[in-house]
Parts: sequence; C-alpha cells; structure tokens
Amino acid sequence: MSTQVPQAEETEEQPAEEKASVQEKRKQKKQERREKVERAKQTLEQERDLSGEDTYALKVFRYDPEVAAKQEPRFDEFHVPFHKGMTVLDALMYARDHYDASLTFRHSCRQAVCGSDALFINGRQRLGCQTQLSDLEQPVRIEPLPHQEVVKDLVVDMEHFYDQMEAVEPYFDAEETPEGEEQRQSRENHEKVKMSTRCIWCGACMSSCNIAAGDNQYLGPAAINKAYRFAMDEREGENRKEHRMEILEQEHGVWRCQTQFSCTEVCPKDIPLTEHIQELKREAVKSNLKFW
Amino acid sequence: MSQSYNRGLIEDFGRWREFTAGMWAWIFHKFTGWVLVGYLFTHIAVLSTALTGEAAYTTTIQALESLLVVRILEVGLLAVAVFHILNGLRLLLVDLGVGLEAQDKSFYASLVLTGAIVVASVPTFVAEVL
Repeated sequence: MSTQVPQAEETEEQPAEEKASVQEKRKQKKQERREKVERAKQTLEQERDLSGEDTYALKVFRYDPEVAAKQEPRFDEFHVPFHKGMTVLDALMYARDHYDASLTFRHSCRQAVCGSDALFINGRQRLGCQTQLSDLEQPVRIEPLPHQEVVKDLVVDMEHFYDQMEAVEPYFDAEETPEGEEQRQSRENHEKVKMSTRCIWCGACMSSCNIAAGDNQYLGPAAINKAYRFAMDEREGENRKEHRMEILEQEHGVWRCQTQFSCTEVCPKDIPLTEHIQELKREAVKSNLKFW
Repeated sequence: MSQSYNRGLIEDFGRWREFTAGMWAWIFHKFTGWVLVGYLFTHIAVLSTALTGEAAYTTTIQALESLLVVRILEVGLLAVAVFHILNGLRLLLVDLGVGLEAQDKSFYASLVLTGAIVVASVPTFVAEVL
C-alpha cells in the first residue's frame, strides 16, 4: 500500500475548486485502498479454499495379523496434500512417508510396467500408479485385491496367481523351436498376439473374476491369456500346442469362463481377455469336433 | 504369513452397485434361466392334473386365465423369456467372437427391447380380465 501523500495536501491556501478536487482525490485514494484490502482478503480466502480442496482424503484398509492393534481389519483415514498429476500410489507413498511408516503396499516401477500395485480402488481393480486421484471420488477407498488372502495392509498373497500362470507352461518347447539361430515371426502373427503379450502379471483380472473367486482351480483370465500368447504364436511346435490345448480344455480351463467381461473391464493394459478366452474355446472345439 | 485375513464372499454381492454391464447380463441370464426352469416344472405339474378329459382341461385353463394374478405372472413370464432369448443371442455372438467390444451395448439393447415388447404385450394379456 502506498504511503505517499499527495503534494496538494501540504499547501493550505487553495481555491475552493482545487480543494474539492483534492478531497475527491483523497476519496478516490481511500476507495482504492479499501478495494485493495478487499482484494487481498479475497485472494487469501481463495487460497484457503484451494488448500482445503488440495488435500485428498484416503480411506486405507489396515490389517496385520502380527500386530495386536491391527488384527481386527479397519480403515484408516489419511489427508494427503494434492498436486496436479498425483496418482493413488503417490498419495499412498506420501501417507507412508509422513503419517504412518507401517503402511504397507507393493510398488516398484511406478509406471504401470511392473504390475506390483494392483489395488482395489473405489470398488474397482486398478493400478495405483496408473490411477489419477483427480479421477476419483472422495474419500478414495483403497483396499487390497479381493479374493486373494491379505498378508498385511494392502499386500495380498499372489502365490496362487503365480501357480496358475505356471500351470499353462508359458514357454516354447526347446525341442520344437524352428531351425536356425533366428526364430522369425511374421508381422501379422505378431499383431495377433501383441495384446496378449502386454500382460504384467498384476492379478487385477483374476481378482475381478467371479468364477475364479468361487473355483480355486480355475486357471483364470491371466493364465489363459498367457496360454493364448503361445498357442496362437506361429512358432509354437505342433506337440506343444496340442499339450497346451489339453491343459486349457480341462474342466477348470477355458470352459469355466462365463463371459462376465469383468477381467476385460479392469485390465490396466487393455488386453481383450474375454476375446482371447473365447477364441481358445473355439479352438478347443475345433480340435475335438470330427464330422466323419 | 501364518494366518491371513480372508474377506469371504460377502463382498461380491455387497458391491452390486459397482457391477458392470457384463456382470448384470450374467446375473439376469442366470436368474431368467432358473425362472424358466421353474416355470416348466410348474407348467407340467399343473397341466398334468387336468388330463382326465377335455372338459377338465378346459375348466382348469379357464379358471387359471380368469385370475388377474395369473395374467400378471404371464406378463412376467414373457419378460423373462424374451430377455433370455435376446441375451442368448448376444451370448451366441460373444461365443462366435463377434462384436465383443460392444457387448455392453448389446446387453442394454436386449434390455430395452425386452421392455418394449413386454409393455406392448400388456394390453393383450391383461385387458380381458380387468
């Protein structure tokens, strides 16, 4: 605010007209000052409002069988300062670093490549690192993946998921690989399996699948997709493919899928899982149906 | 990892608000399927009580059809059957791998069509009795 006093005020002898103009000037100054104060107040309030909006409320699932106080599962609320582009994983890391160092969750690459931080966020399986806080309603409810046993806080036991992935034997047969050093694949064939190769083993699909929840032996979308990746690859050997189809045709293989599309809906890599499962179903029928 | 907390099945049905189109389609298809199975059994059971002669058959049918409840149930049966047929066609397309990206839209379409057909059929079913 200016503390300058107009020169005119110092001179006492002035014509009436000039005096009036000085008064007016003073009034103007006062008015301006008032406005300035007003504006400063407003901006302060706005800032306060913004800072109110700028924290995000998280409700995080807490459970630890080894700590007496956490044996009964509960939700803890954290208020995390928000910045543009903040993800759910960022918020969790902030909460861990500033409020509660015992908050436990898996994460590694923070860019949707490692598949460690699949979480149940606002009722849906999503990657924490791929989910913008600004896209979510508050309070953001963060839970471990459903249908997997919780080890601690947001960490679930992935062992069963990995077992199912292994069960489809996700590799080429060394004895059946094509001759020569290079094993070439045509562009068309690569396009066909491209989406299925994007799987990052996060387990979101398996967790969302209603059938997998009820039938522990069901291979699950991720494992079937993994099988698709090899079965549809032109470099796969004849015997190997037959063997692979045998695994998939079992009672708890592809036929368990009842096309609820939950897995396709939640896949963070947009793999058309249901489509792949359906294609393997048709493949299974084709290899078994004989019309003569 | 000695003991871990298993949250059980309660979550599945408690979260019905979060179900997606494919899930609802599955639930409705199961539900309508079971209703149709139940109807077939009652249908056979009821009609087999009226097999003693032509007159008995006619009186049984007439007695049933004169009840408003039966007429309303018939509308319900139509709704269930139409949805099951339409969603069945949708599942056929899904099995053939046709238009899987639009599976949610085809579900909504089958719902809307079912609604339209049922509403259009209400006068035929209920008019005489009212």
